[in-house]
Parts: sequence; C-alpha cells; structure tokens
Amino acid sequence: MRNDLNALLEGLHNRDARSIARAISLVENDHEAAEVILTSLDQQNVRSSQVLGITGSPGVGKSTLTSSLVRHLRSQGKRVGIVAVDPSSSITGGALLGDRVRMMGHALDSDVVVRSMATRGRLGGLCAAAGAAVRIMAASGCSPVIIETVGVGQSEMDIIRLADLTLMVLAPGLGDEIQAMKAGILEVADLLVVNKTDCVGAETLSMDLEAALRGRKNACQSRVFKTVATTGQGIDELAIAIDELDAICRSSGEHDRRRHSSLELEIVDWAVELLKPRLLAELQETAYPAEPRQTARKLLARLCPLMIDT
Amino acid sequence: MHNNDSPFRVLIGKPGLDGHDRGAKFIARALRDDGFEVIYTGIRRTPEEIVAAAIQEDVAAIGLSSLSGAHLRLFPAVVEALRKAGVNDIAVLGGGVIPEEDIRQLKEAGIAEVFTPGTPLEVILEAFRNACRQHREIHQP
Ligand SMILES: Nc1nc2c(ncn2[C@@H]2O[C@H](COP(=O)(O)OP(=O)(O)OP(=O)(O)O)[C@@H](O)[C@H]2O)c(=O)[nH]1
Ligand SMILES: [Mg+2]
Repeated sequence: MRNDLNALLEGLHNRDARSIARAISLVENDHEAAEVILTSLDQQNVRSSQVLGITGSPGVGKSTLTSSLVRHLRSQGKRVGIVAVDPSSSITGGALLGDRVRMMGHALDSDVVVRSMATRGRLGGLCAAAGAAVRIMAASGCSPVIIETVGVGQSEMDIIRLADLTLMVLAPGLGDEIQAMKAGILEVADLLVVNKTDCVGAETLSMDLEAALRGRKNACQSRVFKTVATTGQGIDELAIAIDELDAICRSSGEHDRRRHSSLELEIVDWAVELLKPRLLAELQETAYPAEPRQTARKLLARLCPLMIDT
Repeated sequence: MHNNDSPFRVLIGKPGLDGHDRGAKFIARALRDDGFEVIYTGIRRTPEEIVAAAIQEDVAAIGLSSLSGAHLRLFPAVVEALRKAGVNDIAVLGGGVIPEEDIRQLKEAGIAEVFTPGTPLEVILEAFRNACRQHREIHQP
C-alpha cells in the first residue's frame, strides 16, 4: 500500500491519466490515503487555475457546449479538466453518466481530463468530492476546470459555488426561462448563454432574458450570449467574455472572496462527511432519548467535548 | 476506513460502425438499476477511445456491445488497447449477436465473459458484479 501510494503520488506529479483517475476515486470514496493525496497537490496550480461552472436544465446542451468550449481552449494550448456531475437514482443508488457521449471527440487528447461523477444521494459530501476532483485536476495543470451540473436541486446549486465563474445555459422550447427567473437562478449566473439559437424561439428567449438583465453592473454580465454548441457558433465570443470577466473578478478581489467562501463550503462539507460515520457508530453503542433534536445535541456533546452548550 | 459501500463503476461502450445502441443502452440502464455507476460513451467509438475513457473514469470493467458481426476484431482490439496502455486490472465483457463458435475464441483473446441474446439479465449483472469485486480486491489488500 505504501509503495502503491508513492507510485500514485509520483504519477500525479507526472500528470499520468491513471494516477489522476485513481486519486479522484480514492478521495471520492474517502479512502485513508485521501489526506496524503490532497495535501501533496501542487497548491500553486490549484490557486491559479480557473474554475468554471456550467449549469442549466437537462438537455439544454451543457455537455455539447463544454465540448465546443474545450475545442476552443485546446486551440489556445490550454490543458482542460471537466467534472461532469449527474444525479444518482435515489432508489437504487446507481447512475447513468452520459455526458461523455458529447465529449468523445477529445477522448484521445491527454490534455482533456474528463471525470463523470454521480451525486450518490449525498446531502452533503458532494461539494467535498467534486471539490477534490477539481483540485486534483487543477494541480495537474488543468485550467480551466469546468464543472458541469444540472441546475436542479440544492446540492447541485451548492456545487456551483465551487466555481470562480458560472455560466447558466438556457435553450428555447424547454419552457424553463420563467422558472429560472422565478427561482432567482439568474442571480447565481455570471454569464447567461442561450444555446440552440438555430432553433425556433431562441430570439424571443434572448430578448426576454436581456430585459431581465437590464441594470446589471458590468457589460459582460448584462449580456446574453448566443450559441449553437453543435457547430461552435458563438463560442469564441463566449470564451473571450469568460476571460474578461475572470480578469475583472481577479483584480476587484471578487475572485478571492469567492475562493474563500468555496473553501469554507468544502471544509464544512468534509467535516460533516467525516463526522457522519462517527455519529452513526456512537448511536449504535449508546441508548439515547428518542427525541431527535435532543439526541443530536447529546451526541455532539459527547463526540465534541468543546461544544459545551449542552 | 475505505467506504466499501461505494458503488461499482463500469463503462459501456459501443465500438464499430453500426449505429444500433439498443443493446448497449439496455444493459447500461439495467446496470444502473442494479446500483452501478455506468459511464456510457455512445456509438461508433474506436477501441482506443473506449480505453482512454475507461482509464479516466477509473472503472473496474468495460462492457462492449456489437451487433455488426465485427466482434472478433473489435473486442480483442479493446483488450489489446488496454494492454498497450499498461492496464491489467480492467475486465472486458462483451455481448451481442455472437455465434457459439466465436465465444471460445473471444475468451482466448482475453474477453472475460461473452453474452448472447439468450443470456439471462441476472447472469450478465452477476458477471459485472464479479468483475468489480475482483477489481476491488486488487486495490484493497
Ligand atoms: N439544434 C441544436 N441542438 C443542440 C445544440 N446543442 C446541443 N444540442 C443537442 O441537444 C441535445 C442535448 O445536448 P447535451 O449537450 O447532451 O445537453 P446537456 O445539457 O448536457 O444534457 P444533460 O447532461 O442530460 O442535462 C443533444 O442531442 C445535442 O446534440 C445546439 O446548439 N443546437
Ligand atoms: Mg450533459
């Protein structure tokens, strides 16, 4: 095991595809090697990399757009990471992860690192796992690292907070634009993209969104980007806007603020993950009162003596 | 400490030129419904693309589907691509319209299990579970 771990760390250092993949699995499964792996990462790379979130309803073209964007980024010589998160079935725990179907054009490119990740019904823990995958990729020289996630559900929205910048993708004909505005989803988006502009309804959707965005503070954030992900139309312009906004955020201090709050999110998520098995074990061993809130408080008081407000 | 309950991960790929992915999708869904995390790569993939994806996704097994009759060439090509990549812990399983007389040849070429349209679903699922358990044993001594 020791030797395996050393070989793995060596492999990570050399950007070896298997080592990167293996490291992500070990951390995702909370293997005991997780801490050594994560602390050995090149923190300089982790800090400097750009983390992009791409979110939106099912089928709007997130994966196709990602693939298109990757083509553009590769032409600039950038090494890119992609963490594609899809929901697990809450009943069986299984998941069908199909985002790769749209990205196979890059399959033989060793500088496009793709990882599919299932939510595994984690209430928390998802940010911890996805955040670790992002770090591992960033440490191996990937910048940007793109997180693709379906914009439904709280845990998915939480993952987006790991990103430095978030693209919200919409498409005509899905009827979710009103929904998006109501749910305040526009607020979490830094850049709005209307994809499938080759389809009917795209123009109306774009105009509605532009109206909703009026009054936003900077130019790229009050624009609606129009793309056809399948052909690459509009991608160059989008990529330029991403870099512009990234530069603005870095110089204004917004970037650091976001990194700081995503770090907090990850720490809390890990703490809860690490605590969970201990709580369950403790519950098995001792008889506690049946009232759940009171029990929770007593449990915590036992496990964390510093929590004195019992 | 290692969470042994973590789901098994497998990849379902469809090498070759025929565009019929009903079989591949059926198996992918059946595996998902059995609790697997299934990475699906879509149709018309080269053996090299399938292997590169399997490595990045750190799966325990690759399931291949072929209805074109090219299985004698395509399935062993995936085994070969794995070998070239220095991978010896990912099992390759294959299914499709495969004549009885080809099965032995495929197994000799390193395909762990071969399924035909008559193979009961439970047998297929168990073969994937087995491959994943073996993979887990190698990685958690
Ligand atoms: N006409 C048209 N079709 C597109 C465009 N972009 C994507 N599509 C198609 O839309 C479908 C869904 O695309 P995906 O990229 O898989 O969408 P997604 O948002 O990643 O989907 P999920 O991951 O399942 O939520 C595919 O059939 C794509 O080919 C576009 O710009 N125009
Ligand atoms: Mg997708």
